[in-house]
Amino acid sequence: MTALLVLIPAALFLGLLGLAAFLWALRSGQFDDLDGAAERILYDDDETECGPNADPRR
Amino acid sequence: MAEIAPEAEAYIRTDGQGISSLNLAVENLHCGGCVRRIEDTLAKKDAVTSARVNLTTRRLALHWQADQARAGDLLAAVSALGYRLVPFDPDLLANEAASEDRALLRAMAVAGFAAANVMLLSVAIWAGEASGDMGLALRDLLHWISALVALPAVAYAGRPFFRSALAALRQGMMNMDLPISLAVLLAAATSLFETINHGQHAYFDASVGLLFFLLIGRYLDRRARSRARSAAEQLLLLGAVAAQVVEASGMVRALPIGAVRAGMTVRVAPGDRVPVDGVVSFGQGEVDASLISGESEPCEIKVGDWLHAGTMNLSHPLQIEVASAGDDTLLAEIVRLTAAAEQGKAAYVRLADRAARIYAPAVHLLALGGFLGWWLLGGLAWQPALLIAVAVLIITCPCALGLAVPVVQVVASGLAMRRGVLVKAGDGFERLAEVDTLVFDKTGTLTHGRPELVNGDTIPAPVLAQAAGLAAGSRHPLCQALVRAAGPVPAQLQVQEHPGMGLQLDDMRLGNRDWCAVDEASPDDGNSELWFRQPDQAPVRFAFRDQLKADAVAVIGELQEAGWRIEIVSGDRAVVVEPLARQLKISNWRADCRPDQKVAYLRDLAATGCKVAMIGDGLNDAPALAAAHASLSPVRAADVAQAAADFVFQGETLAPVAMTLALARRVRRLILQNFSLALAYNLLAVPLALAGVVTPLFAAIAMSSSSLLVTLNALRLRGGRAS
Repeated sequence: MTALLVLIPAALFLGLLGLAAFLWALRSGQFDDLDGAAERILYDDDETECGPNADPRR
Repeated sequence: MAEIAPEAEAYIRTDGQGISSLNLAVENLHCGGCVRRIEDTLAKKDAVTSARVNLTTRRLALHWQADQARAGDLLAAVSALGYRLVPFDPDLLANEAASEDRALLRAMAVAGFAAANVMLLSVAIWAGEASGDMGLALRDLLHWISALVALPAVAYAGRPFFRSALAALRQGMMNMDLPISLAVLLAAATSLFETINHGQHAYFDASVGLLFFLLIGRYLDRRARSRARSAAEQLLLLGAVAAQVVEASGMVRALPIGAVRAGMTVRVAPGDRVPVDGVVSFGQGEVDASLISGESEPCEIKVGDWLHAGTMNLSHPLQIEVASAGDDTLLAEIVRLTAAAEQGKAAYVRLADRAARIYAPAVHLLALGGFLGWWLLGGLAWQPALLIAVAVLIITCPCALGLAVPVVQVVASGLAMRRGVLVKAGDGFERLAEVDTLVFDKTGTLTHGRPELVNGDTIPAPVLAQAAGLAAGSRHPLCQALVRAAGPVPAQLQVQEHPGMGLQLDDMRLGNRDWCAVDEASPDDGNSELWFRQPDQAPVRFAFRDQLKADAVAVIGELQEAGWRIEIVSGDRAVVVEPLARQLKISNWRADCRPDQKVAYLRDLAATGCKVAMIGDGLNDAPALAAAHASLSPVRAADVAQAAADFVFQGETLAPVAMTLALARRVRRLILQNFSLALAYNLLAVPLALAGVVTPLFAAIAMSSSSLLVTLNALRLRGGRAS
């Protein structure tokens, strides 16, 4: 039963970690624009007009 | 479109580091591609430090180095892409509601965390009890750890319910939150008591689980409402334009409407709405007053004429001497009328609250009866008797009831949204389902709200094309209707436009009867007309009329057949309304109604016991929309009308109205079904709880399964028949 002394705190700690992550996300505005975030992922961030990695079709 | 720059200046804020910021509502924003285009365009400007578009709220937050660029230059680039930008003051929007949303979400997260972990410990306890080899010390330890997690969570996550229950109690009323709060608090308290006294049963899992389920329901309910609210806010934002004030020096300066005073002179560009009530001091032309009066035809105005705020300037720049601004305009008066009418509607009690009024006292009496019965008559000590009362409270606690309405509401709103109907009022479906009478406005609701050529068949095609060529360059609604009827034609560039008279190209004239020197009498059939005169030929008359929407006859016929009583109440003239009503086979119609008369008429109808749904689009309908039992408004409607309506539907057809009516009845049926399910569950579970056989395990299972059942039932809405 001594395993419980480790397992229960471990379970609670992991749970708290998840809760903290969610609260952080909420605070930092991750949930402010759900529709926009869903669409933004479809676009490349590093869209340079020219350079070695430029898309030749553009 | 008016240039954006001068308007925006009034809303710019500059901080200590020389960074200016401006918030704008973006019109015509549809998808991520739009977001991308706007952000990229702005990011290419050196002065811009950040530009972020929020697709959900359709707003742009722009920051830039104040000394390196002017707002007008930055925004012009976005306007050039075809997006209309309207600056606004973020402080004016209620941020309170948004922070309440977040508080609810935080409470839900905490309750979810606690529920999961306490349930984990509870499973260990149940397993230990079942196998029979768990020591008392271990059970106490697990209970204590549960208490450690559950008690702070209850204290934190329960606050929304405690506050609401307290508020209701202070007013001497009972609401659904009272049994919830009592159950949660009593369950937590007695569990703590049991834990201290090495008891067998602790209900920590039930108390946090209850909170978690109920918070989900509460959050869904809230989210549906805030989505509607942000849509309404957006509309009001787009309506809030600044006024272009002409100063004594001749300079034009943008002022927020609130700062405009009587006696100032305001300039109104063609295509803009008049921001104030006043007298025309310079210019002449035509205005569209349909928002105010419901009259479908443009009317001519000249110097000295009176204009109301909300009137659209159609043809030429006007200058208006302000007679009253802000709170004193007719527009503001209509908004006030609307707000007053909405107060009346607030008296409507939602189904869930009606259920709570019966439910809450019944539950409390049952629990109290259980406690007293077991204690005084059953011969139990007071602690186990109290535990039975708590079990009754937990098991009856309206987990299912708390989810029954919000889940149906959310599913139905999503369904309606995909079919182009925005649900703005949380209880809109409930009210619409009770309606037996539909009152339609005419202009813009039954009709397109714009004139269409009606005698195109009698006019030779070459003549039509020639006239359309003249008309192509004009913004006048009749000219545009002519061009629509003729199809694409090359515009004649040398056309001269004479305000209030007509158009001229060489010897050809298109315009009113005087302009074309017509003597022949024309029939007063309620149609608008344009005359076209070519040299050496008889003048040709083009007749225009605001046409019915394509499916109006079919939809109205269907609705009448289905047993709805249908009426028309219009602000337009009888000569226009009468033939239209005949065409739609609607025998009850009224014309020449002012906004307050519309409201009075609806009140009369309501007094005879009718539940009325108002369908209208004009500013003049807004008070009636708010006064009706339920209301719908097309998406092209005036901002105030959309803000007042419960539903806003898209498209140039009336089919969404019929769809929404049918959906509302299904929603009501599902809500009632869910209530019956919850009731049946209670009838089953309460006797068991009263008998004292409900253990924490039983409570946990019963609670989850009843919640699951109503949720699944609500999801049936997605399947089902489309109509």
